[in-house]
Amino acid sequence: MIFSEKHDLMRKLARDFAENELTNEILDAVDEGAEYPKEILNKMGKAGFFGIKTPVEYGGQGSDTVSYVIVVEEIARVSGVSAVWVSSPNSLGGGPLMLAGTEAQLQKYLKPVALGDKIPSFALTEPGAGSDAGGTVTTAVKDGDYYILNGRKTFITAAPVCDFSIVYAKTDLSEKARGRSRGISAFIVDMNLPGVSCGKAEHKMGLIGCPTSDIILEDVRVHKDDLLGEENRGFQNAMKTLDIGRIGVAATSIGVAQGAFDEAVKYAKERKQFGQRLANFQAISFMIAEMATKLQAAKELTYRAAQLKDMNSPEAGTAASMAKYYAAEVCNEICAKAVQIHGGYGYIREYKVERMYRDCRVFTIFEGTSQVQQMVIAGNIIGK
Amino acid sequence: MKIIVLAKQVPDTNEVTIDPVTGTLIREGVPSILNPDDANALEEALALKDQNPGTTVSIISMGPPQATYMLRECLSMGADDAYLLSSRAFAGADTAATSTTLAAGVKKIGDYDLIFAGRQAIDGDTAQVGPQTAQRLGIPSVSYVQKIREVKDKTIVVERALEDGFEVIEVQKPCVLTAIKELNMPRYMTVKQIEDAYAKEISVWDEKDLNVSPDKVGLGASPTQVAKSFTPPPKGAGEMLSGTVPEMAATLVAKLNEKHVL
Repeated sequence: MIFSEKHDLMRKLARDFAENELTNEILDAVDEGAEYPKEILNKMGKAGFFGIKTPVEYGGQGSDTVSYVIVVEEIARVSGVSAVWVSSPNSLGGGPLMLAGTEAQLQKYLKPVALGDKIPSFALTEPGAGSDAGGTVTTAVKDGDYYILNGRKTFITAAPVCDFSIVYAKTDLSEKARGRSRGISAFIVDMNLPGVSCGKAEHKMGLIGCPTSDIILEDVRVHKDDLLGEENRGFQNAMKTLDIGRIGVAATSIGVAQGAFDEAVKYAKERKQFGQRLANFQAISFMIAEMATKLQAAKELTYRAAQLKDMNSPEAGTAASMAKYYAAEVCNEICAKAVQIHGGYGYIREYKVERMYRDCRVFTIFEGTSQVQQMVIAGNIIGK
Repeated sequence: MKIIVLAKQVPDTNEVTIDPVTGTLIREGVPSILNPDDANALEEALALKDQNPGTTVSIISMGPPQATYMLRECLSMGADDAYLLSSRAFAGADTAATSTTLAAGVKKIGDYDLIFAGRQAIDGDTAQVGPQTAQRLGIPSVSYVQKIREVKDKTIVVERALEDGFEVIEVQKPCVLTAIKELNMPRYMTVKQIEDAYAKEISVWDEKDLNVSPDKVGLGASPTQVAKSFTPPPKGAGEMLSGTVPEMAATLVAKLNEKHVL
């Protein structure tokens, strides 16, 4: 894709930011378990990274999906976990609000997210409802002006540090809605409400530095003003959010893949074996050619999905699934090959590709596994 | 307060190579960037704007039409408006002709309290255009500004960097100040300001707009003659001495004698 000057400047902004702020020292400390620096989050907020597409009247930047993709990509090129911090308020955090929020909700919740003053999370997955979100068993029972929520959400990105969470719960408890996607509603749950707690942060393989945990809801009284969208229409809200959110994972994937690719090329040109540099061996150079080609293909799919989204095209959903599916898979291939090119050093933490290899593994899993993307793509082509 | 910043789009010299035959810069494929010292100049102007509500910051540059990209970068950092002086007549200018053109542009923009410029551009390294522009405007200039101490009603107090320290200068406004990188750390653009920058018009002025005679600008008005440009031969590897201090001192003296330095 040929970018406009405006989008070139967006890339320059994000690249300068990533290269200056996300130093090896900070990233190593975060990967070893240090808290993600508040300072960096504040600077990201100032640069406008938390509300890229959010309208200006809600504290956002009023830009477009292509800008969002570029920013996430450039941040991910240097740090996968930093890209998660950037993408989540824009997509899974802000998305449900932008789709269904009332004016009051947008002012109260979306605005502080866009300004970087509040951290949101998105709580759909449950222990028994992963890919099959229709299997939600968290309940919300109406009681006067309140809903009483009970249940457990799992693998929730940023749960331990978030200020509020978009929680999906069953409001239709009738037999005909059981185990199906109907009768689910979305709620904005303040994490300080009595009865809300988090499980311990999971020990993850990668993306260390953005904690993931369960959210436990025990008789949590949520006011009806915090019902997001219409009652029983929450599943549609979640699916639409994920439709868009997938572009963020695709952008993260092409960014991490580019980072791993750059490291692999650099290493192949420097490292000498059998009296010559690795890049001179056809086995290595062909690997690099394949990585470059697939990476470019993944980028084109991702940029196209973003452009279609900006045009409100009916094809945007399928395009986002294709981009997420392909970019995540290709990122895993590229990171694996980058480690291979590094040989033993690629297995050692001092080398960047080791972290990238761990970080990218979840890209084919979260926000809809590759197999769910295939279901979506096939469903849109063949019909259900 | 009204501040004008002089800026230049330059080839990123980190990525430039020199043609060994002709001795000229190979510019093809080299990205053009905002001159680094000019970014410090802009940052200082923006910092004054942050501290003094009602302040406006205008950017002016002389260059080819594509320099609007650099000007939009300046707008994206927070400048209010931008002006590009662009015409075939301005081409081939040395610093003397460039400052004539810039001074004419500054006059057309009108009243101002301060003008900032970068110390020098990385493609020419002359450090002349800022002070020359001041001369053409008939106002004082202070180069190598490392700190602004105080903005007073009629004057401004700045620190001017010297090789072994600095001097404190109080200078009448309006004046030209040239910035060095020690002055500050340029800020990032923001997503919204990039959006806004592309919604703004950049005024493009030629010699007619500036009301300057074509023989006063461009190559014809440039007294500088470049006789030859070349890449200086590399210095070669240095030599590290080892041993005790007296041994190293003895070796050093011997080597310097050998080279007839002593």
